[in-house]
Amino acid sequence: MKPAVFDYIRPGSLPEALAALARHGAAGKILAGGQSLVPMMNLRVVKPEVVIDINRVPGLGAIRVDGGELVIGALARHAALLSSELVKKHCPLMADAYPWVAHGPIRNRGTLGGNISHADPASEMPAVLAACDAKIIAKSAKATRTIVAKEFFVAPLTTTLAAGEMLTEIRIPSAPAGQGWSWQEEAIRKGDFAMAAVGVTLTIAGGRCTQASVAIGGMERAGVRLAKVEAHLVGVALDEARIASAAKLAAELVQPGDSYHADARYKRELVEALTARALTTARGRCK
Amino acid sequence: MAAFPISLKVNGAAVSRTVEPRTLLSDFLRDDLDLKGTHVGCEHGVCGTCTVLIDGQSARSCLTFAVQADGCAIRTVDGLAQGGQLNPLQQGFWEKHGLQCGFCTPGMLMVATELLERNANPSTDEIREAVSANLCRCTGYYNIVESIQHAVTLMKEGAK
Repeated sequence: MKPAVFDYIRPGSLPEALAALARHGAAGKILAGGQSLVPMMNLRVVKPEVVIDINRVPGLGAIRVDGGELVIGALARHAALLSSELVKKHCPLMADAYPWVAHGPIRNRGTLGGNISHADPASEMPAVLAACDAKIIAKSAKATRTIVAKEFFVAPLTTTLAAGEMLTEIRIPSAPAGQGWSWQEEAIRKGDFAMAAVGVTLTIAGGRCTQASVAIGGMERAGVRLAKVEAHLVGVALDEARIASAAKLAAELVQPGDSYHADARYKRELVEALTARALTTARGRCK
Repeated sequence: MAAFPISLKVNGAAVSRTVEPRTLLSDFLRDDLDLKGTHVGCEHGVCGTCTVLIDGQSARSCLTFAVQADGCAIRTVDGLAQGGQLNPLQQGFWEKHGLQCGFCTPGMLMVATELLERNANPSTDEIREAVSANLCRCTGYYNIVESIQHAVTLMKEGAK
C-alpha cells in the first residue's frame, strides 16, 4: 500500500524542528530512520498530516561519552551503535543485544531514538535501556524534560512523549567496572521480533550480589523491569538454586500475550530458561 | 499538495525531478525513472526485494521517501551490468543458479554488493548474515550463498 497524503518539512536545525512540532502538535510526526514509521504509513495505520524529517539536522547522530554517561543522539543509527567501541566499553549489555536487532539494511537507516519512541514490546532496546537506568531527554519548543527509561514506556507503542515533544538524546550511565551483563533472546529467526528476551546486569562483591537489574522484552509492554526478581537476587550468594528460583519468579511475574509463534505458556517457559541463562552468563562476567 | 524538486544521482547519472512527499523511493525509481529492476514486494520493509544502495549503504527503497534521497547517490540493480556485461556477482548468480523465480534477486544482489564492497573475502557466516536480511521463497538460500562465494572467486580471478 501507499502512504496517505502528507506535508513534508525538512528542518535544518533542532530549533527549527521543535518549532515545526510546536506548530503542528499531534498532527506532526518526526521522521528519523523511518523503519517503524514508514511501514505504518504504508499500511495506513498512521496518517500524519505533517512529516518533519530530522535527517538533515546536523549533530543529532553523535555517540559520545560525557560526565560518566554514554550519550546517544536521536539520529544515531543502529549500524553505528552496533559497531561502536564506545558502546562496547560503556554499555556492554547494549553491545550484547545489538546483533539481535533487525537486519543490515534496516540497521543502516533505523535509529535507536526512533526505535524506543516506537516502543514496540518485542523490541530489544527498550529493555536494554530500562536495565541500564538510561535517561531519555525530550525537548519541546519551550522546555527540556528528563525521563527515566522504565517510566518512558507506558503501553505497547506508547511512550510518555507528549505532542510537540521530541526525543533528542539518550544518556546511559557508564557500566561500573566489574559489572557482569548478558542479553538472551529467542526469536523465530535472528533479526525477527523477540518471542521472549531477557537483559541482565549484575554486580558481585564479597561473594554476594550487590546489584541486579533484570529487564524483559516480548511481554506486555516495552522496557519492563522485574523489581521483585532483582530484590530476590540482591544481598545473597548467586548459586544455582538462587538463579533457578529467580528464573521461576521471573516467569511468574511476566504478563505475556499469545502471539502467532508462541502462546503465553510457552513464553513463560522461555522467560524462565532465558533468565537462568542470562544470570549465569552475567555472573560469569562479573569481576 | 506541494511537490518538491529533488536532484540526485541514480546509477551515476544526474537526475532532477519533482516529487510528491508521499512518493516512495521504490515507486520513484520504477515509475518516474522507468528503472524496473528494483522490485516491490511487501512494501513494509520485510521482504527486501526493493533494497537499493543509498550513498553506498543498503536500504529498503519502500521505507524511504523519494524526497529524502535529494542530494544522494542511489544505486540499483539496473546499474550493475556494465556495457551489456554481467558483473561478477550477476555472473555468479547466473552460473550457480542463485535464483529460481527471480523475484528476490534484485534485493539479494544489492545486499551482496554492499557486503563485497565492505569485505572482499567474506566467510560463509558473513554471507548468510547479509542475505538473511531478505526473503527468498524458492532457493532455500543455498544457491544464493554459493553464487556469492562464486562471485568472490570470479572477482579474484578477474583481479589477476
